[in-house]
Amino acid sequence: MRELLEDLDRWRESGRRVALARVVATEGSSPRGAGAAMAVNESGEVIGSVSGGCVEGAVVGAALEVLEGKRPPGVITFGYSDDEAFSVGLTCGGTIHLFVEELDW
Amino acid sequence: MSELYERLRVLLRAGSPVALATVIEGEPIGAKLLVEPGAPPLGSLGHADLDRVVARDALGELAAGITSTRHYGRHGEARERDLAVFIEAFAPPPRMVIFGAVDFTAALARAAKLLGYHVTVCDARAVFATRSRFPMADEVVNDWPDRYLATVADELGTRDAVAVLTHDTKFDVPAISGAVATAVGYIGAMGSRTTHAKRVERLREAGLTDEQIERVHSPIGLDLGGRTPEETAISICAEIITLRTGRTGAPLGDTDGAIH
Repeated sequence: MRELLEDLDRWRESGRRVALARVVATEGSSPRGAGAAMAVNESGEVIGSVSGGCVEGAVVGAALEVLEGKRPPGVITFGYSDDEAFSVGLTCGGTIHLFVEELDW
Repeated sequence: MSELYERLRVLLRAGSPVALATVIEGEPIGAKLLVEPGAPPLGSLGHADLDRVVARDALGELAAGITSTRHYGRHGEARERDLAVFIEAFAPPPRMVIFGAVDFTAALARAAKLLGYHVTVCDARAVFATRSRFPMADEVVNDWPDRYLATVADELGTRDAVAVLTHDTKFDVPAISGAVATAVGYIGAMGSRTTHAKRVERLREAGLTDEQIERVHSPIGLDLGGRTPEETAISICAEIITLRTGRTGAPLGDTDGAIH
């Protein structure tokens, strides 16, 4: 999250709402570990990354849903074994769990 | 902006140790507790007893540099699973101290910054050790290596690195002698095999034991065959990474097993 601070400051100063997605756990082969983070603002701008680019697109979708109130804050999972209705997984075959929330704290 | 976020931001900017605990499953979902050593925690996860237990665990994780998810009961009970709490530990960045203000130093300082190190460049020669020659370094120190190391000896640990790029025995010997007196995880010294063989003799004369001399990686870096300061910097950083991970540095195409 450290590397996101500068952009987060800018976004928050301009009054834009922001959703934060952080990797909270991984299983098997996954490129980024727990703590990897990305943020999405209400205009759809994105900073940071949580994988090697495999799931970022879907995370943006989930983050925007959180900002729009269509999805409660919570853990979402990507991986081949997941039961979630996401058609994406990690190319490397691992599973990642992300906590997505609005950065309103 | 809340007091908690503001405090987190200030501590992260300063590179100070801090842990952020967030309830990620169970209620109150999203609740936060900010934990820093030597200060009362900020925020709450919903119950004072839970806060106390999580603060204690967070300090432990912070000291070990671990980020993980733990489960608790609503009041902090250890064996219950009402709540999942993600504890993200932000340990201060590892340090790299580079001795010798040469071209290789600038390249290594840049590569080390890329890897997230707090970089100090130290040289006894004031004319070389200048801020303008090493704008990428966090700190440029004009001092003798052993004297400087004595001032930071207690701060250097296994995640940290010392690179001795002077290849001049006058500076190398005090730098290496100072470094082996610390718990620093990596000590590398630049120089050819011949230079290093001669240096080992000087180090023995200076009273270093075989065990201490074996801590010194020299010739410095992995065998990438590079020559330029930038290529050498990559080779040094690659060696530091393999030592941390315990891997070989061989091409992944030639090996089996998990990559990460």
